[in-house]
Amino acid sequence: MERTKPSLDVAKIKKDFPIMERKIHGKPLCYLDSAATSQKPRQVIEAVSEFYSNYNANVHRAIYELGEDATRGYEGAREKIAHFINARSSSEIVFTRGTTESINIVAYGWGIKGKLGKGDEIVSTVMEHHSNHIPWFFVQDYKGVKLSWIDIDDEGYLKMEDLDRLVTERTKMVAVTQCSNVLGTINPIKEIAKKAHEVNALCLVDAAQSVPHFPVDVQNLDCDLLAFSGHKMLGPTGIGVLYGKEKVLEEMEPMLGGGEMIREVHLGRATWNDVPWKFEGGTPDPAGAVGLGAAIDYLSSLGMQNVRKHEIELNAYGLEMLGKIKGIRILGPMDPKKRGGLIAFTIPEAHPHDIAAILDAEGIAIRSGHNCAQPLMERCGIPATARASFYVYNSPEDIDRLIKGLKKVQEVFA
Amino acid sequence: MAYEMYQEQILDHYKHPRNRGEMPDADLQARDYNPLCGDDLTIYLKTDEKGTITDVKFTGQGCAISQSSASMLTMMLKGKNISEAKGIDPDRIVKMLGIPLSAVRLKCALLSLQVLKKALFSKELSQAETMKE
Repeated sequence: MERTKPSLDVAKIKKDFPIMERKIHGKPLCYLDSAATSQKPRQVIEAVSEFYSNYNANVHRAIYELGEDATRGYEGAREKIAHFINARSSSEIVFTRGTTESINIVAYGWGIKGKLGKGDEIVSTVMEHHSNHIPWFFVQDYKGVKLSWIDIDDEGYLKMEDLDRLVTERTKMVAVTQCSNVLGTINPIKEIAKKAHEVNALCLVDAAQSVPHFPVDVQNLDCDLLAFSGHKMLGPTGIGVLYGKEKVLEEMEPMLGGGEMIREVHLGRATWNDVPWKFEGGTPDPAGAVGLGAAIDYLSSLGMQNVRKHEIELNAYGLEMLGKIKGIRILGPMDPKKRGGLIAFTIPEAHPHDIAAILDAEGIAIRSGHNCAQPLMERCGIPATARASFYVYNSPEDIDRLIKGLKKVQEVFA
Repeated sequence: MAYEMYQEQILDHYKHPRNRGEMPDADLQARDYNPLCGDDLTIYLKTDEKGTITDVKFTGQGCAISQSSASMLTMMLKGKNISEAKGIDPDRIVKMLGIPLSAVRLKCALLSLQVLKKALFSKELSQAETMKE
């Protein structure tokens, strides 16, 4: 593979991440678990610290200057996010705690409180993360709607003939991940959204593993709703986004009642605020929003096309090197361009948990377990996987360390 | 910590589990699951009229710690009285394994005991139900 002209200057980037100086069991940290949560650059940490040090106040309430600064920071971050995913306006951007909360807001406000009834159907896929399964289970239990799931083929691609078969006039929602957190498969969202719209259904996209890793343009995809998390894209934990077309958001009922989300309150009745604030009941997380804004600035300065190219390079090298291990089973597409920057695998000698424990002793952090995708594990016929995932601070040397670590695992369990 | 965890006896029980297999005519049995890593374990017990455990088997899949713990526990149980088995506490399991365990791996280590207690408790439940009738 070509390693002469890297897309990102990883050595320089790494210097921005204070945690990369940490030693784990006396060894330099080799962090290969960004699909679970990414590390944070100094620029993000400082933005959060700066918020608390210089302009902390409650947003949208305080009349004084400090409050206006805080509101400007919070709403400014919303503008940045809108621009980052090419939303039409910042009123399409709802701040949430993360992808899970975003999808739950839809399942409640559109599903449980909506016009759905018996005979209606929601279509999803077998490769979803639990956060794009369970909220729809709630809707199923409350409204008696039928759920169905698009299957995958042997390579880990969605069976598109299932999409044609399952999406019918009864379908009201197609909820699908843009990039599987286990298989890495990148799904054809544009095509799926088009199919959903043909039957007047909505299309919701779980973008937790896509927005952090490659350019996402919501207008181009033409999805109706899209959810992602700040902490997987260099931002703080506890802040996330629900994008929704304005009309779709307007028709949804709010999930959280309280301050901020109201227009008028009388005893026993109230009217709601405009979107997006209608969905932001309670004091929000402006420091988190500002931190996420800083993360977006950081990613934009690298260029999302370059981030994507970098991860394809790591995929190619990772698939090549892991593929040499005897007996290894790699999940998902073998084409590095067709998957997000992650590789889940099993080896015959050791359980993923034991793999992760031994790698930890070598300073290498990977995910092991069912990856919050138990239905997919069942579908693949395995209880768990080991997963290495890549981001802007990873280099081919990290993959070399992973391979060496796996050799140690094989020695221990030989 | 990891290398100390994978000592010879742990690996030996993992690779060559004792008392592994199903027991269709078990007097007591229970299954449990560790959602963290997908460790899955079923323990089967055969008892005589005096309440002595005459045979033990286990099935399941999971990490080396959970499976070796199950293997070692089944060895410990044979010939014990049910009331004695009920008295086995987590410390005993940790001593039996004899390896350093983080809080996370402790759950893997103790899954066997959890399943055993569930199996022993299931009898009490069924007895209580019988008495009600």
